Amino acid sequence: MSRGRAVAGGGVPDTGRVTTSKLASMADAVRELVRDGDTVAIEGFTHLISFAAGHEIIRQGRRDLTLARMTPDLIYDQMVAAGVARKLIFSWLGNPGVGGLGAIRRRVEGDPPRLELEEYSHFGMVARYTAGAAKLPFFPIRSYFETDLPKANPLIRPIESPYGDGVVYAVPPLRPDVTIVHAQRASAGGDTQVWGLLGCQKEAAFAAERVIVVVEEVVDEAVVRADPNRTILPGLIVDAVVVEPWGAHPSYVQGAYDRDNRFYLDWDPISRDEDATQAWLREWVLGVSGRAEYLDKLGAERLASLRPSAAAPSGSVDYGEYR
Amino acid sequence: MTAEAAFTKAEMMIVAAARELAGQRVCFVGVGLPNIAVNLAQRTVAPELELVYEAGVFGARPARLPLSIGDPTIVTGATAATSMFELFAFYLQGGLIDVGFLGAAQIDRFGNINTTVIGPYDRPTTRLPGSGGACEIAINARQVFVIMRQSARSFVETIDFRTSPGNLGGAEQSERIRREQGWLGRGPSVIVTDLGIYHFDETGEMRLDSLHPGATLDAVRETIGWEIRVAPDLAATPPPSAEELRLIRDQLDPAGTYTT
Repeated sequence: MSRGRAVAGGGVPDTGRVTTSKLASMADAVRELVRDGDTVAIEGFTHLISFAAGHEIIRQGRRDLTLARMTPDLIYDQMVAAGVARKLIFSWLGNPGVGGLGAIRRRVEGDPPRLELEEYSHFGMVARYTAGAAKLPFFPIRSYFETDLPKANPLIRPIESPYGDGVVYAVPPLRPDVTIVHAQRASAGGDTQVWGLLGCQKEAAFAAERVIVVVEEVVDEAVVRADPNRTILPGLIVDAVVVEPWGAHPSYVQGAYDRDNRFYLDWDPISRDEDATQAWLREWVLGVSGRAEYLDKLGAERLASLRPSAAAPSGSVDYGEYR
Repeated sequence: MTAEAAFTKAEMMIVAAARELAGQRVCFVGVGLPNIAVNLAQRTVAPELELVYEAGVFGARPARLPLSIGDPTIVTGATAATSMFELFAFYLQGGLIDVGFLGAAQIDRFGNINTTVIGPYDRPTTRLPGSGGACEIAINARQVFVIMRQSARSFVETIDFRTSPGNLGGAEQSERIRREQGWLGRGPSVIVTDLGIYHFDETGEMRLDSLHPGATLDAVRETIGWEIRVAPDLAATPPPSAEELRLIRDQLDPAGTYTT
């Protein structure tokens, strides 16, 4: 219904191009497109996680969100600690390469648990978004045999093949109210291009009612059209384009900046302690007006240390001209 | 430096796991010790090895040791960067993976693995990460390798939650179910610990086949929660060679993040 419309009041005047600009500030995009009680998917597998959007959702005090992500990662640990969520849908709950997510653990190891969990496997989550995007009633996969996962989550169900050749497991479609993805670049109209790890952002965005794309840079539509194989989302399904360089930190953007592994290591002792976690949120999220101030606090030296050690450009391909 | 201090337990685990990969072709890699083991195997016993990362990379050539499973170094120079749907559907479920590495918070005598919760599911005393890709790796990779340190808390008679199926209740049941349901995976084949190397006998039960230098049978028995079977011809794991240690220390983990 509302698919692909620009955020009202946000953005720049239409320049007369065929495509309407969807440029918006992060504050406007979150204010208009993320609502209390929504199911929100901030996707990106290690790569391209929109911490900037998560922090803005915290600042605007959203409540009762269901947060979906394959790997909740630090961003959902921070959002859960800030009290925006009532439920998590996920497949792997940890700080990759480091350990646990303290804020989430404190809320689910308690008695009674204060956060609802609905868990799948990685392929189960990808399959759920795929079913959501393709308007299928379920997606069949060959996972879960002889595990306790279907007992823990009764939405994972065995089904007989209609062709009489055995049982597979079904997972239901996941259709987020809002999917937020970070990308290297998009046109002002929302045509979005990504390289590096692709995760399941395409599936999660096509499955969603509303889509926010956050980019390192906005580019002319001609840049997109010169390399159409690189496009993961057409502007058709994108509601807002937010230009937020370094918006994925401490996650990373292939070719632009590295994963800030030090941040992930430093988060471990912070998240083990509720007071330290809340103090961190006050200083780094609630205490700043937006991403620009966060980056100022982080400092130019820290950012410079995250640049790739050298360039590694792709070779270019020739699409050919056909008139 | 004494002879015992010439290499660490982690280095022994990496070297033992790498040697087990001899002749393998396509390996699904995990972070940490498995990652170093696979990279060492590629430089020694399995030069044809293709590294697959669940983040969506086939044929990775990592130039540095990644902290996370989705590090940018696994993309640059790789054969293919795929969506996760393609990776799990076509590469893993499609049957292209020879060996998958799994970790475990708890493992039982048949190699069934728990990475979900300690305690009851609804009120866990410890909430662990969950499956991630583990349950589908256990079902779809031809073989499963596990690298983990031994402790009585992890090698248990009964796991609290079955996240990833091993040999179920024994070889007979496991083989029947795998055949009936058409699993591609044959189950767990190797467990490498800080004390030794285990394979699975004809009943599907874990069996100590090789004891690492410096490890004792007493230490093995103290850290396993059931009466462990020991091969009658128990071997002594050859210590890491100078070349294996050089590759680990100079190329794979120069900072000693995982190996000291």
